[in-house]
Amino acid sequence: MNFRLGWRNIWRNPRRTLVIMSAVIIGIWSMIFLGALMRGITDQMVRNGIATLTGHIQVHHKDYRNDPVIENSITEPEAVEATLNDILPPGSRWTPRVRVNAIASNARHSSGITLVGVEPRREDKISFVAQAITQGRFLKPVDKNGIVVGKALADKFETKLGRKLVLMSQDTKREIASRAFRIVGIFRAEMEATEKQFVFITMSAAQQMLELKKGISEISIILSDYQEVDQVTVALRTALSATDYEVQSWQELLPMVTAILKMYDGFIFLWFLVVFIAMGFGLVNTTLMAVFERIREFGLLKALGMKPWWIIKGVLIESFFLLILGMAIGNSLGFLSIFVLPSTGIDLSSLAEGMEFAGMSRVIFPIIESKDVITANLVVFVLGLLVSVYPAVKAARFTPVEAMAHT
Amino acid sequence: MNIVECIDIKKTYEQGQVEVQALRGISLSIKKGGFVAVAGPSGSGKTTVLNIIGGLDSADSGRVMVDGNVLDEMNRSQLANLRLHNIGFVFQAYNLIPVLSALENVEYVMLLQGVPVADRRQRARTILDDVGLEDKYDRRPAELSGGQQQRVAVARAIVSNPSIVLADEPTANLDSKTGQDLLELMQEMNEKKKVTFIFSTHDHMVMDYARRLVKIRDGRVVDDQIKAR
Ligand SMILES: Nc1ncnc2c1ncn2[C@@H]1O[C@H](COP(=O)(O)OP(=O)(O)O)[C@@H](O)[C@H]1O
Ligand SMILES: [Mg+2]
Repeated sequence: MNFRLGWRNIWRNPRRTLVIMSAVIIGIWSMIFLGALMRGITDQMVRNGIATLTGHIQVHHKDYRNDPVIENSITEPEAVEATLNDILPPGSRWTPRVRVNAIASNARHSSGITLVGVEPRREDKISFVAQAITQGRFLKPVDKNGIVVGKALADKFETKLGRKLVLMSQDTKREIASRAFRIVGIFRAEMEATEKQFVFITMSAAQQMLELKKGISEISIILSDYQEVDQVTVALRTALSATDYEVQSWQELLPMVTAILKMYDGFIFLWFLVVFIAMGFGLVNTTLMAVFERIREFGLLKALGMKPWWIIKGVLIESFFLLILGMAIGNSLGFLSIFVLPSTGIDLSSLAEGMEFAGMSRVIFPIIESKDVITANLVVFVLGLLVSVYPAVKAARFTPVEAMAHT
Repeated sequence: MNIVECIDIKKTYEQGQVEVQALRGISLSIKKGGFVAVAGPSGSGKTTVLNIIGGLDSADSGRVMVDGNVLDEMNRSQLANLRLHNIGFVFQAYNLIPVLSALENVEYVMLLQGVPVADRRQRARTILDDVGLEDKYDRRPAELSGGQQQRVAVARAIVSNPSIVLADEPTANLDSKTGQDLLELMQEMNEKKKVTFIFSTHDHMVMDYARRLVKIRDGRVVDDQIKAR
């Protein structure tokens, strides 16, 4: 009967009820929709970061990150790989790489790039590049002169498949090493900067050119469960002597992405706060108005012997209905607007140039995180009820005599 | 046995700078089963007396006892319980919850009293039948006439067998025929259910129904007579 009463009371002024309900609906909808977009963006950012050669965890010579020169290479990769074999959980994959700064040039252009020597059979299970070939093919283990470059670099150099490209870099003897390669494949990446930065040759070719022998620059590791990253990083740090090696997780390797993730979390929180404050004020105002319109009624109920607590409960039941209804509709709209988006995602390529620095994708796929949905609903529901306590207490405070005298 | 006992109650209201002496020492004993009119011109203190007896307002001095309870010694919550279980109220207007039907309005006080649902429904029906509203269970107050609304209020006031029913000018908003009908109903309920009725009025026709007439003026009892019938 209390619920029936509350339900009828909220429909005494349908317009007001609809207005405040729309506030709840818009609030919930925007929390869910924007939350999903944000998740989509950040998730893609992390994925891109990880797939663009970072991996979940990397092992370097202890000085490589500070000074990525060829002298700071891992000279005994077998020892490291043996440790990885012991420590990494089943399902993990890893690959060694040579990675140095170099200069690429052809007859028309030259430009600083990052030379990456990879083991083709292993690299294709770790990073994006093998899957990103749009012309030609990826490297084969036997390719002594093959090179894979990005589309943007090829365009800049006005070159194409089958043409030659010369790479120059300093070798371990501090001499300038230089070698000509033939373009066997062209890749595309989420970001133009990636296409311009990286060129790929086989690891053996790189080791030969740079006189590295069996030395490598880094080992990139992908775990089957990314949630184990922190724990595995710690385990590797313990196993690999810190005087020789440095072990870092992707959060440490991509400080920019990590910072942006934090910023986005803060942004979502702020957004929730803004939505909630706007909605909370609306709710308090509406409820106060509804309460003041019914002073006589509350006075009557108190005269009949109703306890203040019952009146508070009655007002809260009304807020409960407003919130639940608004939340139900807001959630449905939120999910609906995410599902009606094309399965191809939201194409932001027109905006992409401005956002590339942040590692953002050209295309966003919204991601619904149950954590976000639950938070949004919980925030609206719990805080919504909490702010309704104020008008409810006001209603319970009227004394019957003054309320009945009120006209 | 006296169901209501007022001894020298005084009440002063402050209205801005002015002090209004609403009650200047009222003493009143009312026996169980009485049908008592408190009569007087507007502003004489009728509402104040009824509110104090009903525990809605408190006297500045004096003693008020209702059904064996000393009101001056009770806290708000105890007073609310007393009103809920021992006193029925009929006000001049706005007696009913607009969004509840006649039946639900009567049921609602029983809900507050903690009467089980089936029992509550049955008793509400019976009492509405008693006041002649057997075909109006599902009407909302707005769909009832003024007289019918007051009947629902009477039904609600007596449904849980209170010791007294306080009715503050229950007929003030009714035409005289409807007012008489309501008085007759109250009289019938008083006789049938042995409920004590105390009602206020400034209408001579209404006073005629009372078995005891307490006249007050300027916050004092000026006349108190038992009428022969
Ligand atoms: N809440 C109040 N504040 C100030 N004065 C009041 C209040 N209630 C009643 N009074 C004054 O007390 C006197 C008695 O009022 P009331 O008991 O309502 O008389 P009645 O019901 O007989 O018309 C009147 O002069 C009225 O103005
Ligand atoms: Mg009055």
